[in-house]
Amino acid sequence: MTEQERHEETARANGHEHITGAEALLKCLIAEGVDTIFGYPGGAIMPVYDKLLDYVDKLRHILTRHEQGAAHAAQAYAMVTGKPGICFTTSGPGATNLVTGIANAYLDSVPVIFITAQVVSGLIGTDAFQETDILGVSMPVTKWNCQVKRSQELPDAVAKAFYIATTGRPGPVLIDITKDAQIEKLYFKYKQCNYLRSYNPHIPLNTRAIESASIMINHAERPLILAGHGILISGAVNELREFAEKTGIPVAVTLLGLSCFPTGHRLYTGFLGMHGNYGPNLLTNEADLIIAIGMRFDDRVTGNLKKYAKKARIIHIEIDEAEINKNVQVDLEIHNDAREVLQHLIPLVKQKSYESWIREFRICDKTEYEKVIKQETRPESGDIRMGEVVREVSELTGGKAIIVTDVGQNQMSAARYFKFTEPYTLVTSGGMGTMGFGLPASVGAKTGKPEKQVVAFIGDGGFQMTIQELGTILHYNIPVKLIILNNGFLGMVRQWQDMFFKKRYASTELVNPDFVTVAQGFRIPAKKVEKREDLKGSLAGMLEAEGPYLLEISVEKEGNVLPMVEPGASVSEVTLNYKS
Amino acid sequence: MKQEFTISLFSENHIGILNQITIILTRRQINIESITASESAVKGVHLLTLVVKTTPDMVRKIARQMEKLVEVLKVFVHTSDEIIYQEIALYKVTTKGLMSGNVIDHIVRTHYARILEVSPEYIVIEKTGHKTEITELLAQLEPYGLLQFVRSGRVAITRQVKELVSYLRELDEAHRVKPEEVETYNRN
Repeated sequence: MTEQERHEETARANGHEHITGAEALLKCLIAEGVDTIFGYPGGAIMPVYDKLLDYVDKLRHILTRHEQGAAHAAQAYAMVTGKPGICFTTSGPGATNLVTGIANAYLDSVPVIFITAQVVSGLIGTDAFQETDILGVSMPVTKWNCQVKRSQELPDAVAKAFYIATTGRPGPVLIDITKDAQIEKLYFKYKQCNYLRSYNPHIPLNTRAIESASIMINHAERPLILAGHGILISGAVNELREFAEKTGIPVAVTLLGLSCFPTGHRLYTGFLGMHGNYGPNLLTNEADLIIAIGMRFDDRVTGNLKKYAKKARIIHIEIDEAEINKNVQVDLEIHNDAREVLQHLIPLVKQKSYESWIREFRICDKTEYEKVIKQETRPESGDIRMGEVVREVSELTGGKAIIVTDVGQNQMSAARYFKFTEPYTLVTSGGMGTMGFGLPASVGAKTGKPEKQVVAFIGDGGFQMTIQELGTILHYNIPVKLIILNNGFLGMVRQWQDMFFKKRYASTELVNPDFVTVAQGFRIPAKKVEKREDLKGSLAGMLEAEGPYLLEISVEKEGNVLPMVEPGASVSEVTLNYKS
Repeated sequence: MKQEFTISLFSENHIGILNQITIILTRRQINIESITASESAVKGVHLLTLVVKTTPDMVRKIARQMEKLVEVLKVFVHTSDEIIYQEIALYKVTTKGLMSGNVIDHIVRTHYARILEVSPEYIVIEKTGHKTEITELLAQLEPYGLLQFVRSGRVAITRQVKELVSYLRELDEAHRVKPEEVETYNRN
């Protein structure tokens, strides 16, 4: 008796089911609590899709209109639910079409399990039809990937994938399953993975460093908290609030950190970065202590590194050790989970308040309001502005909607002017800046949180990159509210051409289709808004609509998003006025 | 200031790990001076020894990025004075050239080299040592008609006391899987 036979003998004796690899995959997903899959079928993955028909009561499959759409939708689903997103595609082009979506999830630390099919194992390496080396292709943009050629290896691979994707700093993983492994039978047994000796996401709490941090915090005179995506990922929203309220330290957030701290809070100072708020950018360079939590000092946040936070000592609380001292040299590193650190830190810090320091932020807010926000959100004449659309939506929804954005001016306007009140209510493409993210992401967000109003702000450029997902919205009647902020330009690129390329508009002006007619072609109710007096009523009508709805809003053609930390400038050299 | 660093990287025997490592170096345009890959003393654990020339700041960053890879167990970075290291080289020289000068004995003795094979046409000499020593012998042998020359990458042993084995044992003991957790998920 061979080892294989002996193994099967025991499995049979233990009553393990004898099922195909395809069925085993679905059972693994169910065991991990999965109920929704985004994907697109094709030749190599047909055994899995065939089995899906037998599990429709447990697994809902959303057929997108392009694999990239499935990847973005799965990511958005993960961002709003906190559960890993699942994405199925076939081999070859199905797999390569995912790459942008995988890379996007990787840069923004979102757990997505990508399942790609592969040609029959005997054909691997022969340039077979629809064969591509997706392991090689996806290696730099996945947290982990593997190939399964034998069905019996499948349960362990899936268990490992879930463990790796969701722990530590989360990220996308990819499992490539050959067609023969999907068909081959195995004795099924599933065991969740909770340990890999080469991967240790649960780092023992560095209590000594936390004690040092508390001393630095208690002695600071102008401290500032920079809160990132890590707050949301580690579930430290309440801890952050408690920590800030006890210490009285003002809080600034990164783009992906938005919604982790209520925008109306007395300690909230705004959002950081190139198009962030004036106060937190300017005063980063006045702070004497920076407490960076779950953020990675991205270049869009820091501006010129040589002139970044030179007066401050920096405490960096970060779960990914490779991020510490990568861009900014820090004075104290705490390589731990943000929530655990804050829980331990709160009892050690003193109750304090920094009235005069916070007043400086309020003075900046006033300047920013007078110079930028007022005319952007409450203009009295001229074309409709992006900022005013966002403000209206924010007021009409009470800041409680889930906001999905595309990339560019629409994204920055949404991030700047929506008043977030609840955590996990922003879905945006941060690190990658993937145009075309918005529409498919809105599908994923609404699927994950059907009870929430989901509003997407999308530019006329990005909308056309993944416009086919209107088909998905039609197919499943997904009641998302789509706002096309149409300025007839690739707005952000045009803004840069305006500011840094002598207004030479190279390939940024668009000849657009009639978006209302396009939407109606997909049987999605739609309306176009051109006048200010129609804006509020149309937005309210859109929000009240039961099903999906598209509102095309003509906005100022050559509006610029300000303030701006220009490339190469320091965060304290914020441009508030720009006249071309 | 760029200097030479030896990176010792212990990993699981996973297909593609070398690719993942080189991706990290390629992104930053760091050239690999030498590379050796083999099984380590611990069964199932592979050891990669890389020599790179870069700045201390950069080597720290790339080491952390390497250690972040799921299948990588541990990464050690050493400067040359912290390790004992060797390379091996093989020289194939014409017998005629070497015998005529009657110098072979002298060369082999002074360089602590070894003769592996002698045939009427060629002699194969082996030498282990640092890169400079190997290059010196190469220069000496060249006039006698060098037919072939190969050298290996670096292998290195650290001067530190704590070894990977004890590190692995600690990890395994801290995370020993409890048997009752095993069967929970098989009922779906």
